[in-house]
Amino acid sequence: MAATIAEKIFSMKCGRSVRAGDVVMAPLDAAMIHDITGPLAVRVFGEMGGERVFDPERIIMLFDHQVPADSIPAAENHVFMRRFAEEQGIHNYDLLEGVCHQVVMEKGRAAPGEIIVGTDSHTCTYGAAGAFATGIGSTDMGFVLKFGALYFRVPESILLEVDGVFDRRVGAKDLILSLAGDIGADGATYMTLEFTGKAMERMNMAGRMTCANMAIEMGAKAGIVRPDAATWEYVAARREIEPFDLAGDDDAVYRERRHYDVTDLAPQVAVPHNVDNVVDVADVAGTKVDQVFIGSCTNGRYEDLAEAGEVMGSADRFAKGVRVIVIPASRTEYLKALRAGLIERFVEAGALVEAPCCGPCMGGAFGLLAPGEVSLSTSNRNFRGRQGSAQASVYLSSPATAMASALYGEITDPREV
Amino acid sequence: MRVWKFGDDIDTDAIIPGRFLTIYDPAELAKHAFEGTRDEFARDVREGDVVVGGTNFGCGSSREHAPLALLGAGVRVVVARSFARIFYRNAVNTGLLPLVAAGADSIPDGAAVSVDIAGGFVEVDGRRLVVETVPGFLKEIVDAGGLVAYAKNLDEVKTCSTE
Repeated sequence: MAATIAEKIFSMKCGRSVRAGDVVMAPLDAAMIHDITGPLAVRVFGEMGGERVFDPERIIMLFDHQVPADSIPAAENHVFMRRFAEEQGIHNYDLLEGVCHQVVMEKGRAAPGEIIVGTDSHTCTYGAAGAFATGIGSTDMGFVLKFGALYFRVPESILLEVDGVFDRRVGAKDLILSLAGDIGADGATYMTLEFTGKAMERMNMAGRMTCANMAIEMGAKAGIVRPDAATWEYVAARREIEPFDLAGDDDAVYRERRHYDVTDLAPQVAVPHNVDNVVDVADVAGTKVDQVFIGSCTNGRYEDLAEAGEVMGSADRFAKGVRVIVIPASRTEYLKALRAGLIERFVEAGALVEAPCCGPCMGGAFGLLAPGEVSLSTSNRNFRGRQGSAQASVYLSSPATAMASALYGEITDPREV
Repeated sequence: MRVWKFGDDIDTDAIIPGRFLTIYDPAELAKHAFEGTRDEFARDVREGDVVVGGTNFGCGSSREHAPLALLGAGVRVVVARSFARIFYRNAVNTGLLPLVAAGADSIPDGAAVSVDIAGGFVEVDGRRLVVETVPGFLKEIVDAGGLVAYAKNLDEVKTCSTE
């Protein structure tokens, strides 16, 4: 029977054919917990009578939201989680590796056909590896730690066929912002976004992660990029795995099929205070910015930093009065950028380069905004108060647009630099 | 008991900002509920008050601190035209009842409200408004008083591959 990717993944796990709308208790391949939502999950696990976790090898623990600890309560959380990891024999990446979603991907902890949950809404990032991955709350995670399974309603899917070739300095982030604008902040609630098409096939894994990452910004439960040779190459470089075919069937039942062509897509900007409030960069060009943040699970990879570096060209300083914060998404990505000379150029031009973490996107650690300030950020959310004061404004863009804007001190079309 | 009315796309950063996420005690979280976006909420909210939203209530971050902050403030019921998925599930799991009401937009801020869950309606300023209760498999969790109470009595679960 014809099926979407999401239906195929749940059917594989259940050993029988399941369809959108079915409610199943699905076994899980992996569960990710971090320093903010993990402590509550561990407490709930105890309250549920949990003694030993279902399988320590399937649990991924790391700290990224408040690292190094920015307060005594944060430090206490880290100690609490470390102790739990030791007691249970869970491998803890601690604060050494970087932002959770980047680390799960680069350590090969996500693969096509798997079902993965994480106590973070951007867990959907692993859809770039062909996994069905979704964010859950801490109480659901307490249940997962105990039983290794969770209730799911198998979701309907929206098929996104993305074709065309991006203009110079336009890419994955512009695509996903334009989709958020088109589909809306709740246009895919409870559903899976299934990405396919020639533009997706041409997109590198970094770009695919950017797209899958922001599926949640349309309310989606998961965002899955149809696995292809690039997916298998990425995953096989990180763990032993035999490729298999995992594509939605042509005659599968999709809630909707939408076709996009990126050829004429301009750089996109999400303007305050909603992610689906998206315009062409020209509409907001000239808006003064106080802070530019290049990083996060959405756009903190080497490819993103290289894109910023390419736009920077031979410029040797940022515009006066602009704070530029660069945070590589992981230690691995940091080293790549360092070895490529990007970090040196950013620092020389006046950037504050921080160790891998969520940074200003966490809205509580550092890099916060004062009332009236404006930030342009490569992260995923521009909600009121997300990066500090509720009277501040956050705009979202690609790394290319962020760098162009850092050079001029105002929102700038990267194609005009 | 009064209505606290909010608009569409109320995100969990608005319900409880990121800088308070090292707090886990509902009563302490409640002191910062809607801080910066609606400061009088934490000060004036009373036990049994009802939060009413538009579409996509609770979107954004998966932080369970959001339903916990509302519970700590004495809110037991949230009524909205629609809910974001993770918040909905977190609410059910923690014992905050999310009720979908097509007519939520017509409920005014500050209105007197009472909730009749068994009857499937809320009464606002004397007017009855139909609400949808949670669907089948989640109802067992609601009836148990949340997922912790539900899971406490389980030694193992049958997954779809073993049943």
